[in-house]
Amino acid sequence: MDRVPILKIGAVLLVSIQIDLEDQTVLALQEDLADRITRTGARGVIIDITAVDVVDSFIGRMFATIAAMSRLMDAETVVVGMRPAVAITLVELGLSLGGVRTALDLEKGMRLLGVAVPGADGR
Amino acid sequence: MTPDTTGGEITIASNDDVVRVRQLVRTAAAAAGLSLVDQTKIVTAASELARNTLIHGGGGSARVESAARAGRRPGVRITFTDDGPGIPDVDQALTEGWTSGGGLGLGLPGARRLVDEFELRTEPGAGTTVTVTKWPR
Repeated sequence: MDRVPILKIGAVLLVSIQIDLEDQTVLALQEDLADRITRTGARGVIIDITAVDVVDSFIGRMFATIAAMSRLMDAETVVVGMRPAVAITLVELGLSLGGVRTALDLEKGMRLLGVAVPGADGR
Repeated sequence: MTPDTTGGEITIASNDDVVRVRQLVRTAAAAAGLSLVDQTKIVTAASELARNTLIHGGGGSARVESAARAGRRPGVRITFTDDGPGIPDVDQALTEGWTSGGGLGLGLPGARRLVDEFELRTEPGAGTTVTVTKWPR
C-alpha cells in the first residue's frame, strides 16, 4: 500500500495527492493527518487534488471526514485544485461536499487559511 | 478476453482491484472518444459499482467492452457480476440515501445518473449483475 506524504509549511500541513487512491491509503491518510495535527499544532490542512482525475463517494467522504476531524482539533481544511470534470461529476453523483472549504489553487488555499504567500505582495 | 485498449476483464477481490477497474475503464473510455467529462463520469460510476461488487457482493468481476449500435460510434459498456447474496429490494437499493450500512447511499443511484444506460439484474441468493453503458456524443 502507498502512503501519501504530509508536508509542513509553517502552521499548515500540505497533502498533495499524486496517486490513484486505494481505499486503504485513504484510511491511512486520515490517521496520519490526525497524528500530525496533534504533534505539530497545525492550524490548517490543504489537500491538493490537482492530479486527481476521479473522486468517487468514498474519496469524497474522506475530504468531509478530514475536514470534520481537523476542525475538532482546531485546524481548518481546504481542498484545492479540483478539476472541472471532477466537480461536474461529483455534483451529478450527488456529493456536493457542503462542509468542505475549497479553493481553485494552492495559492488561493494558503490565503484562505491566512498564510502569507511569498512573492505574492499580499494581493 | 485478453486485456487491450478497448476492453478486458478484471477479477474484483480486493481494494486495489477497484483501482485497476478505474484504470481499465479510463483507457477504454478514452479509446472510444468520450469527452473528458464523460470519461470522468463513467470512471466514477465504475468505481462506485466495483466497490459495491467487492463489499456487498463479496467480490466478483468487471468486464469492459465496446458497445455497438446501428449507425453510431461505439460506446463503452461495463458489466459487474457477483455471486453474492443479491439485492432483496431493488427499488430501495436505487433510492437516494438508502444504505445497507456504512456508505452514503450514493452508490447505485449515483452511478445510474452518471451513465446513459443502466441495467440491474438481481435475485436474492443468486447474485447481482449491473451493466452500464456510456455513448460518445
